[in-house]
Amino acid sequence: MNVWIAIGVTAVGCYLVKFLGLSAPAGVLERPLVKRLAALLPVALLAALTAQQTFGDGGHLLLDARAAGVAAAVVALLLRAPFLLIVAAAVAVTAGVRALGG
Amino acid sequence: MAEQTDRAVPAEIRTAQVRGPGSPATGAHDEPPSVPERPDAAVVRDALGVGIAVGLSGFAFGVTSAGAGLSVWQTCALSLLVFTGASQFALVGALAAGGNPFTAAAGAFFLGVRNAFYGLRLSAVLGYRGAVRPLAAHWIIDETAAVTLAQTGRRSARLGFTVTGLSLYVLWNLTTLGGALGARALGDTAAWGLDAAVPAVFVALLAPMLRSAVERCTAGLAVLLLLVTLPVLPAGVPVLLSALAAPAVLVVQGRWRRRPAPQERAGAYHDTVEEDRT
Repeated sequence: MNVWIAIGVTAVGCYLVKFLGLSAPAGVLERPLVKRLAALLPVALLAALTAQQTFGDGGHLLLDARAAGVAAAVVALLLRAPFLLIVAAAVAVTAGVRALGG
Repeated sequence: MAEQTDRAVPAEIRTAQVRGPGSPATGAHDEPPSVPERPDAAVVRDALGVGIAVGLSGFAFGVTSAGAGLSVWQTCALSLLVFTGASQFALVGALAAGGNPFTAAAGAFFLGVRNAFYGLRLSAVLGYRGAVRPLAAHWIIDETAAVTLAQTGRRSARLGFTVTGLSLYVLWNLTTLGGALGARALGDTAAWGLDAAVPAVFVALLAPMLRSAVERCTAGLAVLLLLVTLPVLPAGVPVLLSALAAPAVLVVQGRWRRRPAPQERAGAYHDTVEEDRT
């Protein structure tokens, strides 16, 4: 049930911001500070989410095979691999390290 | 479908980046904006290119979501109703990490806020009125904004928006279903390393945003805040708290910028674009 609540709240919230942008009179969201904050917020969130998903294990930090997988994703990224290949590299390396007992 | 922020990046650059560096079709966007509207076939070709390439990554979402413990229905509901990739991945990741539904939704919501800024720019370009507008709103994401803003007139803008939105929406949802069913067939997704897919997606989304020192400082501070607070705060809260890195860096930058600057920093900030994915 909790999952459905989260899905509902996210769906409504994400739709409303899209609709609000399309319907708002020009100028409302055009203040430079608002725009810069809106551009920077995803950077902070994605960085935090990356760290949480790489090192988080419930309420503690844990260094495991996922870190190797994310490192592989970074290498693939630097080699300008396409999106799906970056994800595939992370998955393959993580699975490989786990298979080796990491 | 993973999305990038609105940064007033020239639209033709953004579209080229969505297609990937060195793509042969990027030359089509090199003309100045004063040229007449492009032929419909060219618009459709570009729109389909983006829609299909990005639509296929719904497979990664389907697998990830099912691997995080969501049912096939829940996974498909997210792609049908939320339809903004970064938010979907964030929600699934937060739920898997044990966050309560509201903190999980808050993180996803904040990631979706940038779509409001796309909508604001698209409303003037598309000029939709009446019943079409609430429908069009659902398709306002990074990719449709990139393709639409690359067009030179209203007709081609509407065509680009519609073709990108439709192809991406249909494919993203079909591949989500395929991924969710595929993950169930795999069984223990952690053994296959699928729990590393989410952070890899976030890295791929984040990297093209790290254009200047401001973004890099924000990302670094956010990671630091998260690592420090994760062991001591309830699940979901550390991510939201780390978002404060954005206003914190802006405040520091604001103080620093009061000194005389040799150039208009905002311009430089927008022009040093590297690469955009998905």
